[in-house]
Amino acid sequence: MTGLPLIALVGNPNAGKSALFNALTGARQKLGNYPGVTVERKAGRFSLSDGRPIELVDLPGTYSLNPTSPDEQVTRDVILGKQQGERLPDALVVVVDASNLDNHLRFALELIALGLPTVVALNMVDLATRDGLELDAAILSRELGVPVISTVAVRKRGLDHLRTELESMLDGSAGKVRASTDQLDFDGLRKEARRIARAAIVRETPSRRMTAAVDRVLLHPVAGFVILLALLFVMFQAVFSWAAAPADMMEGWVTALGETVTAILPPGILHDFLLQGVVGGVGAVVVFLPQILILFFFILMLEATGYMARAAFLMDALMARVGLSGRAFIPLLSSFACAVPGIMATRTIADSKDRLTTILIAPLMTCSARLPVYGLIIAAFIPARSVGPGIGLQGLVLFLLYVAGIVGAMVAAWALRLTVTKGQSGGFLMEMPKYQWPRPQDIVIGLWQRAIIFLKRAGTIILMTNIILWVLASFPQAPAGMRQSEYSIAGRIAGGIHVLVEPIGFNRDISLALLPSMAAREVAVSAIATVYAIDAGDDEDAMNRTLGERLQGRWSLATALAFLAWFVFAPQCISTIAVTRRETNGWKWPMFMIGYLFALAYAAAGLTYWTAVALGLG
Amino acid sequence: MRLTDLPLRQPAYVDLIDWNALSASDGQRLREFGLCEGASVEALHHGGLLGRGPIACKVGRMTVAMRRNHAAAITVRTGPTEEEDA
Repeated sequence: MTGLPLIALVGNPNAGKSALFNALTGARQKLGNYPGVTVERKAGRFSLSDGRPIELVDLPGTYSLNPTSPDEQVTRDVILGKQQGERLPDALVVVVDASNLDNHLRFALELIALGLPTVVALNMVDLATRDGLELDAAILSRELGVPVISTVAVRKRGLDHLRTELESMLDGSAGKVRASTDQLDFDGLRKEARRIARAAIVRETPSRRMTAAVDRVLLHPVAGFVILLALLFVMFQAVFSWAAAPADMMEGWVTALGETVTAILPPGILHDFLLQGVVGGVGAVVVFLPQILILFFFILMLEATGYMARAAFLMDALMARVGLSGRAFIPLLSSFACAVPGIMATRTIADSKDRLTTILIAPLMTCSARLPVYGLIIAAFIPARSVGPGIGLQGLVLFLLYVAGIVGAMVAAWALRLTVTKGQSGGFLMEMPKYQWPRPQDIVIGLWQRAIIFLKRAGTIILMTNIILWVLASFPQAPAGMRQSEYSIAGRIAGGIHVLVEPIGFNRDISLALLPSMAAREVAVSAIATVYAIDAGDDEDAMNRTLGERLQGRWSLATALAFLAWFVFAPQCISTIAVTRRETNGWKWPMFMIGYLFALAYAAAGLTYWTAVALGLG
Repeated sequence: MRLTDLPLRQPAYVDLIDWNALSASDGQRLREFGLCEGASVEALHHGGLLGRGPIACKVGRMTVAMRRNHAAAITVRTGPTEEEDA
């Protein structure tokens, strides 16, 4: 790749590695994958004080060089120079948490013993001070035999010091790595770490630990649970109420862009293609960016504050009842954003059957790609009125859809555990990190990366699917008196699907949207938008109505509700299926997943439709 | 007594760990969390609405959560934390 010197950040989970990485590299980051494994490679660039560029790679956090998961394996292999697609680092920055020295120094000693040029970043010194710990970096440095620099990711001074140290290190001798670390004895390292930690701690004032005080409330068996539910509820309300203004603004831009196309281009096929296939279709998806960012904002905040592990703790007893590990809660919660990283995150689950069950139910968590679909239908069919103080009906319906996904997942896990993934349940072992205020910079970088990923999807997979759909839906041209969306090739394919889904209340519009939305769920929205745009043709009145208004005229409430119920379960996402195949090493489990989820989707949509019709909503 | 029976917020230290009752990877993870004979432990919270959930405990300077079957493999002793030679 690049010929730049490579420095690896390595350390225990919760040592504040990512915050340090963000502080050093800022927005100059690149996310990728290591070849052959699905472990994310996070790299970035920064300059030394003399302007020399350096490549920094943030390795997955691990407790030792004795890996128990593929992520930890990558960390070990990179450091030993055995990882395919990565050169041996020129130097290591070992990140240790200043308030957890005993534990983190053991791993630091293991790393120093490898013989690569090493600097220890004594991180989160501010939190240690808060806990009444006073440390002497000089003693630590003397005992460890490598430079030790006190850092707090938000303060510049420590970072400058770290840069200077790396500079002199890179000017020194090149690194060699010892072939093996197997002869290091765990107990010996632990004792040595303990001795050094004691020497380096110059004062320890018993202070009221903030984390313990907060945990008394947040981990309380009753209060903690109520708070968790309230937090999730606020999150889903916010997705609707906060996003309204920016989404309206973006919708305005999309409309303006469409008008510009109409003004510039003469009527004809190019005009129709751009207006209906590109602006109409992709635009319909892009306006959901604010909602997706709000959702990610909450998830990033929960992770950065340390609350996520508490949520897993609170949920473990319930997860155990359906045969899952409490650890499964974290991949499942990430799946609310997207099932792909969620399924990848199951690698922290040691037990293979626990892990497989978690993978199989992860797509039931309501991912952000469903938001455009839910958002469109809810805004069009559910009145925006209040059903209580601070509780909007639209937000409530969205919350219920999330609950339906969770309940569905729990029932599915329970059933799977009794049948295909039968066996002894694994355990739940987890570190509870200290609480800390998230650094605004970290949250902004996280949101920025998510926005880029979403817009890339809109510009590639969604755009391509939409272009194909536009062509299929535009030709052959319907004779006068026939609807274009029925006469075209796409319309005829939809006719075939329609036969299958008519019993569950799906109309032809939905039948037409189902096939392209196999690529990604949001495509359902852009597909419907495109088809309506084609049908509207040059009819100004029709063009001026929003997508939601057009839906109101064409769908019954029962159909809309059935459509929502379908999307709670249906496995319509190529990326999820692909990552499941990769993570389970074959087609057996992804095929099983597709089968059981479609069956559930069909049943759920059908039950919803028939019930709604019986209640007179048809 | 077992860690499962240790009253909340009563400082104790690990007397014995029945490694045979733990799988190899769980045992390794516990060791990496700093659990070993002589380590100081304090039970902080019992999870689960009905009290059958995991236990959060302080091990040295770290807080870790584990299920009861793991905690049951750990025998603890209360009293003055005899500063472990460990």
